Amino acid sequence: MAADAAPPDGSRRAGFLRLVPGLTLAVFLGPVAAGLVGTLLPAFGFLPALGGEAVSLDPWRTLAEYPGVADATLRSFVTGLSATAISFTLVALFCAAAYGTRWFGRVRAVLAPLLAVPHAALAMGLAFLLAPSGWILRALSPWLTGFDRPPDLALAPDPYGWNLVLALVMKEVPFLFLMTLGALNQVPAERSMRVAQSLGYDRMSGWLKTVLPRLYPQIRLPVFAVVAFSVSVVDVAMILTVTPAPTLGVLILRWANDPDLTLQFQAAAGACLQGVVVLAALGTWIAAEKAAASLGRIWIRRGARRMPAGLNAAALGGLCGAALLGVLGLVGLTIWSFARRWRFPDALPSEWSLANWTRRADQLAEPLMTTVWLGLASAAIALVLVLLCLEAEQRTGRRPTNRALWLLYTPLIVPQVAFLFGAQILLVGGGLDGHWIGLVWAHLLFVLPYIFLSLSDPYRALDSRYARAAACLGAGPWRIFGRVKLPMLLRPILIAFAVGFAVSVGEYLPTVFAGAGRLTTLTTEAVALAGGGDRRTIGTLVVLQGVLPLALFALAAVTPVLMRRATFGREG
Amino acid sequence: MTGSLPESEGLVLRDASIALRGAPLFAPITLTVAPGRTATIMGPSGSGKSTLLSAICGTLDPVFALSGMVSLNGRALAGLPAQYRRTGILFQDDLLFPHLSVGDNLAFGLPQGLSRSDRRARIETALADAGLTGFAGRDPATLSGGQRARVACLRALLAEPEALLLDEPFSKLDADLRARFRQFVFEHAAGRGIPVLLVTHDPDDAASAGGEVIMLRDI
Amino acid sequence: MAISKIWRAALAVGLALGGLPAAQAQSWEETVAEARGQTLYWNAWGGDEGINDYVAWVGERLAEEYDIELVHVKLSDTAEAVRKVVAEKAAGRHADGSVDLIWINGENFKAMKDQDLLHGPITPSLPNYALIDVAANPAIELDFTIPTGGYESPYGQAKLVFIYDTQTVSEPPASMAALLDHAAANPGRVTYPAPPQFLGTTFLKQALYELVDDPEALLLEAGDNFDAVTAPLWAYLDRLHPVLWRDGKDFPSGDDALIRLLDEGAVDFALSFHPGKASSAIAQDLLPDTVRTFVLAEGTIGNTHYVAIPYNAAHKAAAMVAANFLLSPEAQARKQHPDVWGDMTVLSMDRLSEEGRAQFDALPRGIATLGPAELGPTLPEPHPSWMTRIEASWLERYGS
Repeated sequence: MAADAAPPDGSRRAGFLRLVPGLTLAVFLGPVAAGLVGTLLPAFGFLPALGGEAVSLDPWRTLAEYPGVADATLRSFVTGLSATAISFTLVALFCAAAYGTRWFGRVRAVLAPLLAVPHAALAMGLAFLLAPSGWILRALSPWLTGFDRPPDLALAPDPYGWNLVLALVMKEVPFLFLMTLGALNQVPAERSMRVAQSLGYDRMSGWLKTVLPRLYPQIRLPVFAVVAFSVSVVDVAMILTVTPAPTLGVLILRWANDPDLTLQFQAAAGACLQGVVVLAALGTWIAAEKAAASLGRIWIRRGARRMPAGLNAAALGGLCGAALLGVLGLVGLTIWSFARRWRFPDALPSEWSLANWTRRADQLAEPLMTTVWLGLASAAIALVLVLLCLEAEQRTGRRPTNRALWLLYTPLIVPQVAFLFGAQILLVGGGLDGHWIGLVWAHLLFVLPYIFLSLSDPYRALDSRYARAAACLGAGPWRIFGRVKLPMLLRPILIAFAVGFAVSVGEYLPTVFAGAGRLTTLTTEAVALAGGGDRRTIGTLVVLQGVLPLALFALAAVTPVLMRRATFGREG
Repeated sequence: MTGSLPESEGLVLRDASIALRGAPLFAPITLTVAPGRTATIMGPSGSGKSTLLSAICGTLDPVFALSGMVSLNGRALAGLPAQYRRTGILFQDDLLFPHLSVGDNLAFGLPQGLSRSDRRARIETALADAGLTGFAGRDPATLSGGQRARVACLRALLAEPEALLLDEPFSKLDADLRARFRQFVFEHAAGRGIPVLLVTHDPDDAASAGGEVIMLRDI
Repeated sequence: MAISKIWRAALAVGLALGGLPAAQAQSWEETVAEARGQTLYWNAWGGDEGINDYVAWVGERLAEEYDIELVHVKLSDTAEAVRKVVAEKAAGRHADGSVDLIWINGENFKAMKDQDLLHGPITPSLPNYALIDVAANPAIELDFTIPTGGYESPYGQAKLVFIYDTQTVSEPPASMAALLDHAAANPGRVTYPAPPQFLGTTFLKQALYELVDDPEALLLEAGDNFDAVTAPLWAYLDRLHPVLWRDGKDFPSGDDALIRLLDEGAVDFALSFHPGKASSAIAQDLLPDTVRTFVLAEGTIGNTHYVAIPYNAAHKAAAMVAANFLLSPEAQARKQHPDVWGDMTVLSMDRLSEEGRAQFDALPRGIATLGPAELGPTLPEPHPSWMTRIEASWLERYGS
């Protein structure tokens, strides 16, 4: 073969762009790794500032002796795995039942906005719905229940964790559903279904047997992220578990904030234990995958063509029920934000008022502003980095390896508290705790992977011939990037930006650690009040928490349309 | 540029072949397309004929490698970024940019640095040429298939290419439209006196192109 | 109960350990001059809107008078600020720290003082400290039996009160024993926050004082006598917990949560450490105007809260000026206003000018707030060692 040693064309001369993906990973994972070390050392007794100068197992011993640790650990493990299993099952069954029907699009329209609403907001809505003094019992009292005072029942929050599971399901179902939708484009679902149905399989069994096995590998990483998140979630658990029966994550945060500084060692050990619990949960999930796969193969070989009657209705009901609870809870808290007096058992406020918005305006303004600029800044930075990474990938022709993708997912899979604990020491050392730089960085860790997740498929799916046509018309790579790719991808780019913003709005633990109490967001303020604060204030915070991301999604949907109109007039 | 050119100039391929990760796709070909002439490369799908066009215009996917020599009007093309090669290309699809109006699509092809009035004049002339006077502000999506194909061809030619590569641009059009568009393309290319290289698997296309026909052979 | 005897014993312990080293490197005028233009980060619990409004007002006044910009760093737990200073020390940030002033007392103060994390002594430098008659009110320099040593400046006084709705309860209990009877007769209608939450711990102290044989033992560090002294408390709680709200398996997070439960009708009593809490809750439409405040006949726990300056504070001068301003009759009187906060002043009325006293005399009292006489005797805080062990023991017994 004749030598063509020089790059065959200019497209490989990506210059600094080549460095962007590696740099991006380094900027992100360096501090995460350092944070993990900063957690690991105190967990083994080493933190000279607090007098821990020798390596020992004492922190683990005190951790083990702390009353209720074993229960809390088990609770984290069980609730997290149950929430994932229920969410996944619901989504899989629903997709199987509804793929290709009208329901598919309708449910998507309901679930997508729920995904934009922060976990904490949904959890607080749920807490108001199901509490003994909650909206459901208010609506049924006293005419049906006979209660003129709230019953003394631990409905929500509860000591067993089922509210926690329910809230996680409400939030993870939309996530997994949208991930599944994305993955459906990458497997020949329609053809498989046609073949299966022509062989006499009903819709559900056909989907479960021919589409799901090929689809699952595509959504496996997001599912793992759901497992890790659900097992280690802190804000939702703070809102929906009772004080004496917390999850491990809640306990760790309590110790980390305890005035007794010797508890820091115990907190560090707890953060490491959280990591172990996540690993154990992932291991269990992988084992369950294997078992399900072999059972599934047997099931496929047997050739059953019909699913039990009612299963599709159950899946649809479960999904819609979860969505309905989410929406109702948010409606309830919205009403609270306009209430003056709303005592049990009134179904609606007895006195209304705008004072919650007007009188507390300055108190709302600060967390609101922080939330907005933090979300915009972290989403914008992440978007630029992701776009440059994707562009670098196209110009060098090197797709990230699977390992690089895993690295990107690290912040989603390593429990937050495990590295935030140590990262905080770094931030303090650098004078960045409570500083916007530290806070934006902490948010980027979680915003960036989601933006990448949201944008990489559309970016790669853009017909590369447009770029080639442009190049042959004399356009250089940057002109193609700016004049062809970005405008053609405007909609997915704006949606990715809105996704990043929504993720930032919802972050609790990173804000608490990096904001150091000096920078607070709507979410941290709302969670702080969740335990027993004024529901009217909670209402205003939750409304803003929901409205901000939804407004951005609405903008993302409307802007491309408006821009087309501006370009082409009405006919466009 | 389009004036009289020496006989030796045009698009020249010498022992050109494409390899996918070291494995050649077809036996090396040698070919000269003189300015104003058309050559046709034929082969079954997957034979590498479209890939060869990518290699010539400089948009070859990095998993492929071009061997042999390709030159245009005496310039070796290897190693030159696509935007400097001056090779226009038409694909099966018109690939009009959906976010730009018809006029802006054409403007995208124009060389940079023209005055505003010059730009507008060239676009108007091109549109008139295609029987699309007054279409400058239109959304490409509102045009018929034949209209879109003509706009795509004009866009490629407005970039003042020194060669035109045709990657089966007629295959998706119905028979009637196809013949007319084929004629439109060849006439305009000939009018500019540039070499045209057509890849197709349709003998009809090859016949109407006239000129040399090369069959790609497996190794 | 011999309250005066308890206080005397407390003072004896405190004075034996106390004594103020007075170091004054800088004149007050110099401090005020240095403070101009500084930004002051006051880390203070931010869970109450009335208090937050008060802090915001302090900020406005400091800006007007001293050109100091106050930033209220809202904490959900004072320990967060302690942690920050510790982390800064760990990271070698011995100057230019992020915390300038902390609203503090009790355990947090002890932790910081023990680790030399505080700047001071500061009170000898504060002109307004002279408005406190320490000789007449020596408890002001004993924070949970720990001598302040001048390392924290008094800011307000709190006292445990109970709140009830006259529509549901006609005769509020006058003792811990009566409270237990009420709970037994109305299962699920009594509760308290779980320790180590401040109010929950205070509730346990209240019970402890009434139940122990010898309250004076509580003023000294807990030792081998712990089990014997606290046995009556556990016996009491063992009877109370089964009839508590949620069978004692869940607890409210604090006084706001209790007030919400009281408003909903879920419980019969709320607790607060702010005597003006009921009135301010009525004013904020959080409680019906039929609620009233009550205290137990033999006195309730009270303590003083303070502000302190970390050793590495970046803006010590501004922090000093703020601490002094908080001791002014203007700031103290506003704080005591029931619509603002209702927090009791630390100033001695006989040390004030006519004008200063008039500001206090003019204060309205909310309809649900008790007058000084009705508030009854104040019980001192026990030595912190008791509470540390009681909290741990509570957690073991009732924690899960």
